[in-house]
Amino acid sequence: MSVYLLRRLLQSVLVMLAMSVIVFVGVFAIGDPVEILISPDADQMERERAIKALGLDLPLWQQYLSFLGNALRGDLGRSFVFNEPALQLILQRMPATLELALGATFLALIIGLPLGLYAGLKPKSPVSSAIMAGSILGFSLPTFWVGLMLIMVFAVQLGWLPSTGRGPTVEVLGLHWSFLTWDGLRHLAMPALNLALFKISLVIRLTRAGVRETMLMDYVKFARAKGLSPARVTYVHVFKNIMIPVVTVVGLELGSTIAFSVVTESVFAWPGMGKLIIDSINVLDRPVIVAYLMMIVLMFITINLLVDLAYSALDPRVRLENK
Amino acid sequence: MSTTTANTTPAAAEPVATPKVEGPWRRFISEFAESKLALLGLIVFVIIALVAIFAPWIAPQNPYDLAQLDIMDGRMEPGTVGGAGFTYWLGTDDQGRDMLSGIMYGLRISLLVGVGSAVIACAVGASLGMLAAYAGGRTDTVIMRLVDLQLSFPSILAALMILAFLGKGVMNVVLALVIVEWAYYARTVRGTALVERRREYIEAAQCLALPTRRIIFRHLLPNCMPPLIVVATMQIARAIALEATLSFLGLGVPITEPSLGLLISNGYEYMLSGKYWISFYPGIALLVTIVSINLMGDQLRDVLNPRLKK
Amino acid sequence: MKIGIKAAVLAAVSALATGALSPAQSQNLTMAVGAQITSLDPHYHALSPNFAVATMIFDTLVQFDADAQMEPGLAESWKPVAPTVWEFKLRPNVRFHNGNPFTAEDVAFTIDRVPAVPNSPSSYAIYTRAIERVEVVDPVTVRFHTRSPYPVLPNDLSQVAMLDRETHDKASTDDFNSGKVAIGTGPFRYVDFRSGERLRLERNEEYWGQKPHWKAVDYRVVVNDSARTAGVLAGDVDFIDQVPTSDLSTLKRDQRVKIAEKDGLRIIFLALDHLHPEGSPQITGHDGKPLNKNPLLDLRVRKALSMAIDRQAIATRVMEGAAMPAGQFLPEGAFGHVPGLEAPKADPEGAKKLLAEAGYPDGFRITLSGPNDRYMNDGRIVQAIGQMWTRLGVRTTVDAQPWTTFVSRAGRQELSAFLVGWGSSSGEASNPLRSLVAGYNRDKGFGTSNRGRYSNPELDAKLEAALAELDDPKREALLQEATRIAMEDVAIIPIHIQKNLWAMRPNLRHESRADELTRAQDVRPAEAAR
Repeated sequence: MSVYLLRRLLQSVLVMLAMSVIVFVGVFAIGDPVEILISPDADQMERERAIKALGLDLPLWQQYLSFLGNALRGDLGRSFVFNEPALQLILQRMPATLELALGATFLALIIGLPLGLYAGLKPKSPVSSAIMAGSILGFSLPTFWVGLMLIMVFAVQLGWLPSTGRGPTVEVLGLHWSFLTWDGLRHLAMPALNLALFKISLVIRLTRAGVRETMLMDYVKFARAKGLSPARVTYVHVFKNIMIPVVTVVGLELGSTIAFSVVTESVFAWPGMGKLIIDSINVLDRPVIVAYLMMIVLMFITINLLVDLAYSALDPRVRLENK
Repeated sequence: MSTTTANTTPAAAEPVATPKVEGPWRRFISEFAESKLALLGLIVFVIIALVAIFAPWIAPQNPYDLAQLDIMDGRMEPGTVGGAGFTYWLGTDDQGRDMLSGIMYGLRISLLVGVGSAVIACAVGASLGMLAAYAGGRTDTVIMRLVDLQLSFPSILAALMILAFLGKGVMNVVLALVIVEWAYYARTVRGTALVERRREYIEAAQCLALPTRRIIFRHLLPNCMPPLIVVATMQIARAIALEATLSFLGLGVPITEPSLGLLISNGYEYMLSGKYWISFYPGIALLVTIVSINLMGDQLRDVLNPRLKK
Repeated sequence: MKIGIKAAVLAAVSALATGALSPAQSQNLTMAVGAQITSLDPHYHALSPNFAVATMIFDTLVQFDADAQMEPGLAESWKPVAPTVWEFKLRPNVRFHNGNPFTAEDVAFTIDRVPAVPNSPSSYAIYTRAIERVEVVDPVTVRFHTRSPYPVLPNDLSQVAMLDRETHDKASTDDFNSGKVAIGTGPFRYVDFRSGERLRLERNEEYWGQKPHWKAVDYRVVVNDSARTAGVLAGDVDFIDQVPTSDLSTLKRDQRVKIAEKDGLRIIFLALDHLHPEGSPQITGHDGKPLNKNPLLDLRVRKALSMAIDRQAIATRVMEGAAMPAGQFLPEGAFGHVPGLEAPKADPEGAKKLLAEAGYPDGFRITLSGPNDRYMNDGRIVQAIGQMWTRLGVRTTVDAQPWTTFVSRAGRQELSAFLVGWGSSSGEASNPLRSLVAGYNRDKGFGTSNRGRYSNPELDAKLEAALAELDDPKREALLQEATRIAMEDVAIIPIHIQKNLWAMRPNLRHESRADELTRAQDVRPAEAAR
């Protein structure tokens, strides 16, 4: 177990190192950050001063090494644009994104599980066909388009929900959260639904597929033959079994939800990390881009590990040693 | 998004039944046709593909030729007769581009990107997956670590970075999607191949001392096809949606050769001002395309997944 | 801690106010702006959204009025007392938000601090560089000694926010962002700032000038255009800037909002490759083979390309009326505007004739580049010009890219023709002349944004004479002559001057500014008298 953990950790470090090199070189190749940061009125002398001030006058490998040296001491550099530590900038935006992603996951589970269960248990009913057709639609609708439609209908036409932004936040444990106030929840509703739409379809399909497969299993047949009530069979035997893929996928999806919130955050002006990364790419704010990607990689590694652990807890047949 | 990963995971890990002797094709077709929805998806997709292929001959205008566009015809409502003398049945966009022609050509690009990236990614991914499964040992470890790395990284971010790096262009989008997608195929194929490898017919082939290449391509690969087809179908839909999203975010195809995604994104700016058609019709075209592919893929998975067979 | 409580109270107040009360009654104003605020340190990053915020919290010696004409700010008057000495008389009895008095010492401190801000990605030092030393004569009199005669010093100082020696000595950029030293003399006081998200302000009750109407201001950053428009339509915000022209016609008809527009100082133009005589990198013959000379060096070709453009069509169709076809850098009324120098009329026939005279009866192939995320409708304008040139016979490939990619290539002289914009921050003609068409010269600081590398010694001479001329009428005449030379030689192809757009609730009134700044003090209830 500990050897396995250690190996995973070592691999992660290598991955992160490779990531940082790729991003460093990539951003360098895309364009010159000075061109976008500098005032158009600046003259040649000022331009040279700015290049020096941002440390861009050094050769790339030297910039990279000094970045690496600082990173080892926990300093991922200062944003070119905001002159604040890149890590701090990202961490400031993290609660907003987490809130959005968790809200979306919550919606996906409470909507997706019952629908999927129904469709799995009654595969021939027209309602099930409708649910499945709906889930295909949910897969197929582009997020950005749905986002604007939601704004058009619920904010502009009906005026029920605020169109953009995060609304008032409440400070808990030093972080700002918006789901604790009514107005904050109203701001959260549309972006979370937008982000959840895709995951709802996913959960429906996973649940349905799981139910259909499990119902054919011998132990379910046996449980039924034993005369257990259909409800008990469904909720104890079937449900427990289908939770494995659902937990895996929802766990894995949390990461990609956080990544995909780039689109939702852009549409709804939600002040999270996704919006920060898009803005940073637009202005080639390299320290922030690098720091963000490192964090994402770290997050994915952690999530994967946690899912593996959860997996073994839920299904003793899966042994970590087998990996 | 990485839906298909999840969807195909169970299928990929499962052993796949060797085809039955009596007319596997006929059986496959009749099983596929059991779902009216899937059949509808197939018909719609064939129509869309035909429109896309023959767009240059049936579209009233070449929307990529600047000389044929006139900004004075810009943002005309559907059904208006333009300066060039023909009717804009679906209206025009801000550059005076006939939306009907734009959609036909846009479908071309979307399908090219979707199918093209899927085929290349499938070739690359399947080869590597097969190699990993067959060779095992260190080769397997290296390839699968690469797959893990690729899959652990959100596709949208990876594509975003790659395109920011490569610049715009249809071929660059295809390349970015291949880089993002090959790992799905590799993992699927490896999973299936690992199971198939231990089967008697492979052992028999090995006993006959057939060359490895022959075993892989003539014996192993055909038996790995069913899950691969499912993944590929889903990935085409996914690639089309991803391209649209990338174009929406300002990366993707060049503005003078809009794909469906870019048409939607251009029109998106006019949504609030009531000029719905610029964004609406390409949106419908995109939706119909993706839905038709997903309907087919859905049924394919059910048909090709033996565990659901009674 | 105190700030935290204040912010919480304010948040509660504004939460109550949304929907319940109209902004006029509530004295609260919620604004959404399209550009990112990168810092509250007024000397850290010279960029106009930062400057807009700076002019809410801080003041400058000289201010621009809505028409970009200079007016007294913290200085009541100024005049040159010798060729290289400017004397400024300061406004007495002005106090900072923390009660400290504003004096000549603070001016000297500010001028010292500007070039010394660490890590600045774009320093305000370009506006103070001409000053050799600051002489404090008495608490309300200060003299600026310049290296050479420098007539545009007041224009430059209109960009420099004044700080307090006592408060801001050793203050870091972080201290401004955290609000610790975000203390100025301006009409609003700092309440709370979250970078990339919002800035909260409250009225400075002690303000020396006209007090703003709003007790509390919520200044939000909403970069997405549609989101901003939807926000004002839904009533979530009271006021937005940078209204996308695609929404203009609808918003003008909609009862829920009112549009304000103002002729701006930003010109959109095409720059042409003047550098490569043996053939421009992106120009070929119709057969795809490179030409052995650069057709753009022929005045007739440049004229033809300019005449082929239907500027009126672009202004009405692409810009939805939010632009004025232009024939020179600045609009009427600006210092250095040449009367009678009109936008060239669209004349495709004449253009064809000129092209034939120049030896290109069938035209050639060219790539026209431009950004797609920088100026209003930039990508659309490039495509429209591509249409017009292609009809002329100059087959045009349009290449619109994100600004960062585009500008790096343009700066390496890899492009043959490209669209760019220029906002004249000083509001007078020496600024665009010097940056856009003066020959590239590092020592003089000329031609910084002259990416096509146009060069004309006659023009440079006129400009240099103008930059040393303290007499206003004489200077204006020189600037007009230089502008005329540039335009008649088609150094650049001007397209149009943008109109700045804002949208707000109908019960608000906005004193719209030519310099694009969006500030809370310019917004008032419609019914209230000034």
